[in-house]
Amino acid sequence: MTDLLAIGTRKGLFLARSEDGRRTWQVDGPHLLAQEVAAVGIDTRRDRPRVLAAVLYGHWGPTVMWSDDLGGSWQETESGAIRFPEDTGAALGRVWQLRPDSADRPDVVWAGCEPHSLWRSTDGGCSFSLVRALWDHPHRPTWQPGAGGGAVHTVLPDPASDRVTVAMSTGGVYVSEDAGGSWAPRNKGITVPFLPEELPEYGQCVHKVAVDAGGPDRMYAQNHGGVFRTDDAGGSWTSISGGLPVEFGFPVVASPTTPGTVWVVPLVADVQRVPQDGRLRVHRTTDAGETWTEVGAGLPDGAWTAVVRDAFCADAHDPTGLYLGTRDGCVYASADGGDSFGLVVDHLPDVLVVRAAELA
Amino acid sequence: MSVEVVLPGSLADLAGGVRHVHVDVGAGTLAAVLDGLAAGRPLLDRRIRDETGAVRRFVNVYVDGDDVRFAHGVRTPVRDGSVVHVMPSVAGG
Repeated sequence: MTDLLAIGTRKGLFLARSEDGRRTWQVDGPHLLAQEVAAVGIDTRRDRPRVLAAVLYGHWGPTVMWSDDLGGSWQETESGAIRFPEDTGAALGRVWQLRPDSADRPDVVWAGCEPHSLWRSTDGGCSFSLVRALWDHPHRPTWQPGAGGGAVHTVLPDPASDRVTVAMSTGGVYVSEDAGGSWAPRNKGITVPFLPEELPEYGQCVHKVAVDAGGPDRMYAQNHGGVFRTDDAGGSWTSISGGLPVEFGFPVVASPTTPGTVWVVPLVADVQRVPQDGRLRVHRTTDAGETWTEVGAGLPDGAWTAVVRDAFCADAHDPTGLYLGTRDGCVYASADGGDSFGLVVDHLPDVLVVRAAELA
Repeated sequence: MSVEVVLPGSLADLAGGVRHVHVDVGAGTLAAVLDGLAAGRPLLDRRIRDETGAVRRFVNVYVDGDDVRFAHGVRTPVRDGSVVHVMPSVAGG
């Protein structure tokens, strides 16, 4: 077995492989040099694993590229994998998320994009169709861009139903129960520190959402101020920030194997956005947010950097492996659920996304 | 009429390995030239224009030496023998 770790950075993609049970890593790259890679999907449902990369050329615009030989060669759809229909008058700004669906929907891949939009591919990511019901949602004209732009940055298809959950900055969480045919906001209880109304129906700047291993109705949200949990698929959210040193952060990662186990990377809010006292640490809960414990032996002190929303991920092993990339170009890996981390690679460009998969 | 399009080296691969492309157009606007350039070269076109037909933000286009952003954009007139330069801007980092 090979463990693959894809690392998207501001100036290209790097691929790390481990052949020894995640003890050591060999890094190759850069692939797609000088192109921003803000989203990666590793599609292991295919005969040969496909690496999907969201590429933003410095001058030449955004696109989706893919490799079926682990970076040996790259392809893209000549006419563009993601193109706004003419009647929208919109143009693709950036692809923020690439999410292969379940094994039961083998060629379906979702993309979250800027401007706020959701896209669905039925050919493995070669071409995507705009999910019209979200684009046409009456709330959309009032969704605001966050500092990084206005985008759907989280896409969570439920493998067992037609539910699709998305999150966006800003706008918050929206859920479809009919495979994208209709959408409703589900933000009740998520506070908004930057609007006059503390608990609006929508408009939250939810940074990331993760689904609990115990079932799709329990999810966790790292908000722009506060970490929240829902037990009813977003019907209501409750703060689980108690016990965290600070409430801000970008990613939230749930174990794919152990219910109730979640990790966040707290940052000092709101302007600084660095680890408290420069100590880069992960905080873990094993009881769905009732209590938190600081973990992360091996992560650095004096780290005045940040971990952005997709630069933290888990693998499917038990115990869960974690992968964390920083804006100063370091990538750390843990094979013990976050108790300890080791350096995979450093001196890369800003790490924007990490994704891990086990290859047969 | 015929217009010469001069591409940056980084886009030459998408034009069959050449930097100079002669485009025959009927209408006398930059948009018609870019449409002609796009024929059979969809990847090249996407690097220069987005799906609305607008020239990308960090791509500069000159018609006979004049930046079209300070003229009439893609509606800038061209004439037989015009030279269109496509260049990346100084943006980056």
